[in-house]
Amino acid sequence: MSTFAAQFLKHARVMSGDLRHRKIIRTALGNYEIARDQRQAAFQDWQGARQLAAVIKWEAVNHLDKYLEQFVAKLEARGTKVHWASTGDQAREIILQIVRDKKARSIIKSKAMTAEEIHLNDALEKAGLNVVENDLGEFIVQLRHEAPYHIVFPSMHLTRGEISELFQRELGSAPTNDPEELTMIARRVLRKKYLTADIGITGANFAIAETGMISITENEGNARLTAALPKTMVTLMGIEKVLPKLADLALFLPMLATMGTGQQITCYNTMYGGPRQPGESDGPEEWHIVLLDNHRTELLADAEQRDALHCIRCGACLNVCPIFRNVGGHTYGTTYSGPIGSVITPHLRGLQDWKHLSNASSLCGACTQTCPVKIDLHHHLLQNRRNAVKGKPAFFERLAYQAFGFVANRPALWSIAKKLGRLGQPLQKLVKGSALDPAKAWTQTRDLPPQPKESFKDWWTNRK
Amino acid sequence: MTITLFIPCFVDALFPCAGISMVQILEGLGHKVLCPEKISCCGQPPFNSGYWDEARTVAAPVLEQLKDAEAVVIGSGSCGAMVKKFYPELFASTPQAQLAKQISSRTWEFSDFLVGKLGITDLGAKFPHRVTFHDGCHGLRELGIKKSPRILLGHVQGLQLVEMSEAETCCGFGGTFAAKFPMISTAMGEVKCASAAETGAEYIVSNDSSCLMHLQGLLSRQGKPIKTIHLAEVLARQ
Amino acid sequence: MKNEETVLSEREKILARVREALKAPVPSPVSHGHVLPPAAAYPARQWLPKVGETFDDQLALFAKNAAELKADFQLLNSADEMCQALVRLRDTAGWRRVAGHSGDLTNAVCPALNLPLLRTDRAYDVHELEACDVGISECDALIAQTGSVLVTNRSAGGRALSVLPPHHVVLARREQLVADLPAAFELLQQKYAENYPSMISFITGPSRTGDIERILVLGAHGPKRLTIFCL
Repeated sequence: MSTFAAQFLKHARVMSGDLRHRKIIRTALGNYEIARDQRQAAFQDWQGARQLAAVIKWEAVNHLDKYLEQFVAKLEARGTKVHWASTGDQAREIILQIVRDKKARSIIKSKAMTAEEIHLNDALEKAGLNVVENDLGEFIVQLRHEAPYHIVFPSMHLTRGEISELFQRELGSAPTNDPEELTMIARRVLRKKYLTADIGITGANFAIAETGMISITENEGNARLTAALPKTMVTLMGIEKVLPKLADLALFLPMLATMGTGQQITCYNTMYGGPRQPGESDGPEEWHIVLLDNHRTELLADAEQRDALHCIRCGACLNVCPIFRNVGGHTYGTTYSGPIGSVITPHLRGLQDWKHLSNASSLCGACTQTCPVKIDLHHHLLQNRRNAVKGKPAFFERLAYQAFGFVANRPALWSIAKKLGRLGQPLQKLVKGSALDPAKAWTQTRDLPPQPKESFKDWWTNRK
Repeated sequence: MTITLFIPCFVDALFPCAGISMVQILEGLGHKVLCPEKISCCGQPPFNSGYWDEARTVAAPVLEQLKDAEAVVIGSGSCGAMVKKFYPELFASTPQAQLAKQISSRTWEFSDFLVGKLGITDLGAKFPHRVTFHDGCHGLRELGIKKSPRILLGHVQGLQLVEMSEAETCCGFGGTFAAKFPMISTAMGEVKCASAAETGAEYIVSNDSSCLMHLQGLLSRQGKPIKTIHLAEVLARQ
Repeated sequence: MKNEETVLSEREKILARVREALKAPVPSPVSHGHVLPPAAAYPARQWLPKVGETFDDQLALFAKNAAELKADFQLLNSADEMCQALVRLRDTAGWRRVAGHSGDLTNAVCPALNLPLLRTDRAYDVHELEACDVGISECDALIAQTGSVLVTNRSAGGRALSVLPPHHVVLARREQLVADLPAAFELLQQKYAENYPSMISFITGPSRTGDIERILVLGAHGPKRLTIFCL
C-alpha cells in the first residue's frame, strides 16, 4: 500500500465516524442543493445545455494546439507576456523570476487551484515574500495553515465560532459570532494589502482563443481588485482551460454558477485581454500568463479519459458525492478532491500511488449525473482500477478472483461453497466482529444475513 | 414467451425468497421460465475491482448460457447493469463482442421488464404497510430505472409509498467497496437509514438485494425496527 | 530568467506533446455514441433561462433579478429625476467624496451632487479612490436574463472605479437593456470588434460571499451597495 493510501485510510476512518463534520457538511450543502435545483429548473433545457457544453469542450480539448496558439498570439499582440511551463517546478521558477525582476516584497493572490497544485505559496514564502490569499475562504484556510477543504468552498468545514477564534488569535480581532462582522474584519485587513501589493496573482476559469482573453468567475470582487491595483499581474492557468469563442461564455458562465454555488451567474465575471492599454487609466503595467502542463498532456493522451480535461472546476461532483460528504475534502490529500480528483490525480501524480482514490468509491454515478460538461466520471474510476491492475496486480486479490472464477464456473463446486458457508455460519457467529472473524470488515458494523437452508437453486432443482 | 431468469449469486445463496417470488410472478403471468443452473455470477466483483481478465473468465460462460435466450430477466439492477451495460465494454474487441451486444439488447431488470416490456402494472398484490423505496445506483443511473418499481408499488393494495429525501443517494454497499472501506460504507449506510427512518416507513423496498443486505445488516446491528424487503417479494404477496 | 530560446522550446515541447496526444481521436462528444453537429449549429440561447418576449417583459425581469440580488434598481424619467435621486442618495448615505468618469450621463448628472469628483478615466491616485464613498459609472449594457450590468474599463472609468469604493452607482439608459447573455456578447463584438477594452466585467449585484457557513454577506471586498439608475 502506498503511504498516500495509508494516510487516506487513516483519515477516512476518523472522518467517517465524525458526526459533527457530517452535520456541518450536510447543512452547508443543503442550501446549495435547493438553489442549484432552482437554477437548473430555470434553464429551458438543462440537459441540452449540458450537451452543448460538452460539445464545446470537446471541440476545444480535441484541437487544443490550434486554440492555444490562437489564444497566445492574440495575447502577445496586446503586450501580454506568455510563459510556458511543462512542470510545476518550471512554473514556480518563472513566477519567482518575475518577482525577483520586479523586486517585489508583497503579493496579493486571488483564488487559483492551479497555484495550489504547484504549491506556489510555499515557494514564494520560502523566497521570503509575503503572500496573502484574498478570497475570504482561502484567507481563512491560509491563516490556519491548511489546504482548501473544497475547490469552490475552501472553508466549508469551519463554523463561525472557529473562524472567530482564528481571527482573534491571528488578527487580534474582537470575538463575534456574526458572519457579517467576521467578513468585515477580513475586508479591513485585506484592503490594506491590495493597496500596497507589488504583484497580484490570479488563476483563470476560462481562456478565450478567439479574442485572447481570460475569464475569471468570482463573487467577492477580490479578483477584480487583484487585477486592477498591483503594477504587475501574474496569471497561472492550466493549458486545458481554453474555449474557442468569447460567446461560449454565454453558456459557461451561468452553468458554472448554477453548479458551483447555485447562483444564476456569480457576482463578477470578468474578461481580461491585456495589461493596461494605451489610453487606459489603470490596471497592471505588465501582465504575465503562465501556461501550465504538469501532466495534463498525459491525460490528454488517454483518449478514454480525455474528457476529464473538460472539467470547469465547479465542484458539483464533490457536492453530490457520498464519499466526499462523509470523509471530507482534506482526507483525499490532493489538490483536487472528490470524484474529479479521484479521476485525475492518478494521471497528475502517479497511478500506483493514487489508485486507492479510484477504489474508494461505490461507483454510484451521482457525479456523472451532475457533471455540467458530462465527464464520464465514475466509469473513469473503473478504468483507473483496470489500469492499476494491469500495471501492478495485487497478488492475493488476483488469486482470490481466479479462485472465485474457478468455483463460479462449476455448479457442483458453487453448491459446495454455499454449503460450506452455511456450515460455517454458527462458527462465524462466535467470533463476529473480532480479529478472528474472516468477515470482520463487514461484521464490525453490520450483521450478516442468515443463510437459509435451501438456496434458490436447491428450490429450483427440487420443484422440477 | 420464454424468459431466462438470471438469479444473482447472492440472491441464490442468501435471498432465495426474492428469486422464488420472481419465478412465481413470471409464471403467474403465463410465461415459461428457465433458470440456467450453470450460471452463478455475472462477474461484477472482479470487474469492479479492475480484474477484467478474471471477470471475463466468469462472464464468458454466462454469455454462452444466455446465447439463445428470448429475453433475459435479472433480479438485480446491479447485475442487470453488468450484463446490459458493461458486458459490451468488457468483451469489446474480443470474439464475443457481437454476442455481448446482442444479449445486452435482450436483457431487462425485473421491474423494468414487467412495466417496460410486458406493460404490466398491477399484479394484484396486497401489502398493507408503509414503505419507502431505495433506488439502487446501478439500476437508477446505469439503466435509468426510476418509474417502473414505483408504478408497480402504486398498484399494490394497502401499500403506502413514502419517498425519502435521500432516495437516490447511494446506500454505501458498492460491492467490494463495503469490505475495502468499511467505515465509509457504514457512514453512507447510516445516512441512508436515517433518511428512510424519517419517513416512518416499516419497510425499505428495493429492486436490489445487495443494497438491502447492507442496509439490513446495519439496521439489525443497531436494533432498528425498520425492515428491508425485495420488490419481487412485495409484488408476490397476495 | 530563462533565455528566449529555452522559453520558446518549452512552448514547442508542450505543443508537440499536445499534438502527439491528439493523434488518438475521440468521437464527438464522448457520451455514448451520440454524434452531434458542430457547436455552431447549437446557439446557447435555446437552452438558457427564458426572458420575456417584449421590452417591458425584459425590463420587468431585470427589475426582479436586481431585487433578488439585493441591488437597488430605479427607473427614472428624466435627467433631472436622475439628479434628484442621486442627491437624495448623497444625503441619506452622507457621501463626501465621489469618484466617477467623463461620459454623457455622468457629465449631465454628477455636477448636481455639488461635490468634488475624482476622475478615474485619467491618471489618478488609488488611495484617493479608496477614500471615496461612492464610484459613479456608466455601463455598456444591462442584461435582463441575469440582472447583470456589463461594464468595460473603457466605458466605466477604468478597472477599479466599479469595485474599490463601498458603493457603486450605475447610470444607464433603457435602450441599453439587452435580453440575455448571448445578446450581451453580440453587443460586445459589434461594439469593440478587434480592439477590445482590456477589461470587460459582468457585475451582478453587490459584492458577496458565502464563505462563512454558506451564509450570504454583502460587501466582501467590492461594494456593499449597487444602485442602478436607469433613464
